[in-house]
Amino acid sequence: MAQEKSKQPAGRDRPQEEERIDVRRTDESQMEKIDDLLDEIDSVLEENAEEFVKNYVQKGGQ
Amino acid sequence: MALPAVIGSETEFGITVRNQPDWNPTLASSQVVNAYQGGRVRVQWSFDEETPGNDARGFGYEGYGATEADTGLVNVVLSNGARFYVDHAHPEYSSPECADPRQAALYDKAGERVAEAAAAAARRALPEGEDLRIHKNNSDGKGNSYGYHENYLVSRDLPFSDLIRFATTWLVTRQIFTGSGKVGSENGRPPVEYQLTQRADFFEEAVGLETTLKRPIINTRDEPHADVSKYRRFHVIIGDANMSEVQTFIKLGATALLLAAVEDGAVPDDLELADPVEAAWTVSHDLSLRRPLRLAAGGGATALEMQRQYYEWLSKYTERELSEPVWSEVLEEWGAVLEDLETDPLRTADRLDWAAKYRLADGYRARDGLSWNHPRLAMAALQYHDVDRGKGLAYRLEQRGDLRRLFSDEEADRAAAHPPAETRAFFRGACVDRFAGALLAANWDSLLFDVGEASLKRVPMMEPRRGTRALVGELLDSCRSAADMLRALGE
Repeated sequence: MAQEKSKQPAGRDRPQEEERIDVRRTDESQMEKIDDLLDEIDSVLEENAEEFVKNYVQKGGQ
Repeated sequence: MALPAVIGSETEFGITVRNQPDWNPTLASSQVVNAYQGGRVRVQWSFDEETPGNDARGFGYEGYGATEADTGLVNVVLSNGARFYVDHAHPEYSSPECADPRQAALYDKAGERVAEAAAAAARRALPEGEDLRIHKNNSDGKGNSYGYHENYLVSRDLPFSDLIRFATTWLVTRQIFTGSGKVGSENGRPPVEYQLTQRADFFEEAVGLETTLKRPIINTRDEPHADVSKYRRFHVIIGDANMSEVQTFIKLGATALLLAAVEDGAVPDDLELADPVEAAWTVSHDLSLRRPLRLAAGGGATALEMQRQYYEWLSKYTERELSEPVWSEVLEEWGAVLEDLETDPLRTADRLDWAAKYRLADGYRARDGLSWNHPRLAMAALQYHDVDRGKGLAYRLEQRGDLRRLFSDEEADRAAAHPPAETRAFFRGACVDRFAGALLAANWDSLLFDVGEASLKRVPMMEPRRGTRALVGELLDSCRSAADMLRALGE
């Protein structure tokens, strides 16, 4: 994770062909109140996220 | 005038067991369904009546039918009239039939409560250190998708060719408000950081019978589970399962409005797309909501522009034909969402999963300087869909007032236990509640009882708007046993 933080600013560290389309915003109020939400999420986010996500495979669906 | 559709939804849940090497998804799903302690009865699901291989375009399909029967490992019918079972490798909740979209959204939400309770009970039986999680989502992010299907029972008088003609563009363009949001793309589609829907990447045909391969935008399964001379079931497989109650309500309500208007000839233009399959993922990948889709007649329009056109047609239709308040509520919510998507899409973060999840994921990414494919970001996006109220991030948003609700916890809990009153689901649920011991087999359109007599007794329910509390409530109250009830029904 420390490695991730040292990377270039967001938006530059992906393959070049990846499409970049942002959500339009006319006001930032939706994003402003978000810090305490993120703190709350930190407290409930599954541990070992990498292992959880890696093993999350769902075959046999419609 | 068209009668608005009877509505139901089917949710295939994602399932995972942690710290158990070689866990088996089919077995784990069976354990979840079996662990459910709410009002339920384990039955045989009578497959003899089911014909998933019938095609609405008028031809059958070889090889269908038998395979479906084999997957019916564990089946329970719930006291709310729903079916809870193992479909392939997932637990699936098929909601009871509902008379209007608000009720259908409530019983969709009740499915989360059923899955939450079943998962908690299954979890208690696991060895120390293991964990089982259930998600209401539609993709594992690795190229595997599992469905959320909507069912609209419409008149047989509505020709299937009209459904294909008018619903294709509708289903493609409504994704701007039906998506649950997804990090990345799958199934060979162009790479993106984030997109509006979980499902769009997986749709490869315009029209077809398949649900697991080459998924079609219009699914042609012709299996009404009701009087086939009167009804048609429009089986929509391109939608996402939503955590947001408001979003489920708009998705089901606006689609039901469109179908009624098509039946009444009140949609003046089919807005035919030049390439609906390409348009499906194009809409999902376009976070700007500004990219025009090519029209068959030439020129182009954005999904949002076409939705605003539909809104104009359907609000006129509703004003003229539909007086029940639920339809103006649909229009109000739908209209407000379209307005906000036009002005500032993130204003819908209090109603639409894709926007709520984007806000959360983008905030997380910005705060910690993460890339979009960072595991913690993927974890947050996945955990948004966890049906455990202690874990699920969508519920956290609800508790904080960041995601609007339509229903209280009490309403959802009640709906998980009791059937809707206005359809045949009332009779089914009441029989589970009162006569579980005599119920041998069930299907959407019949119940089979064993009351210890020489022959089994089948009660057909070919009319989804009968079997209601108003029609059978008193009769059920007057019967002490299934045998009594069958006798009374025979009189």
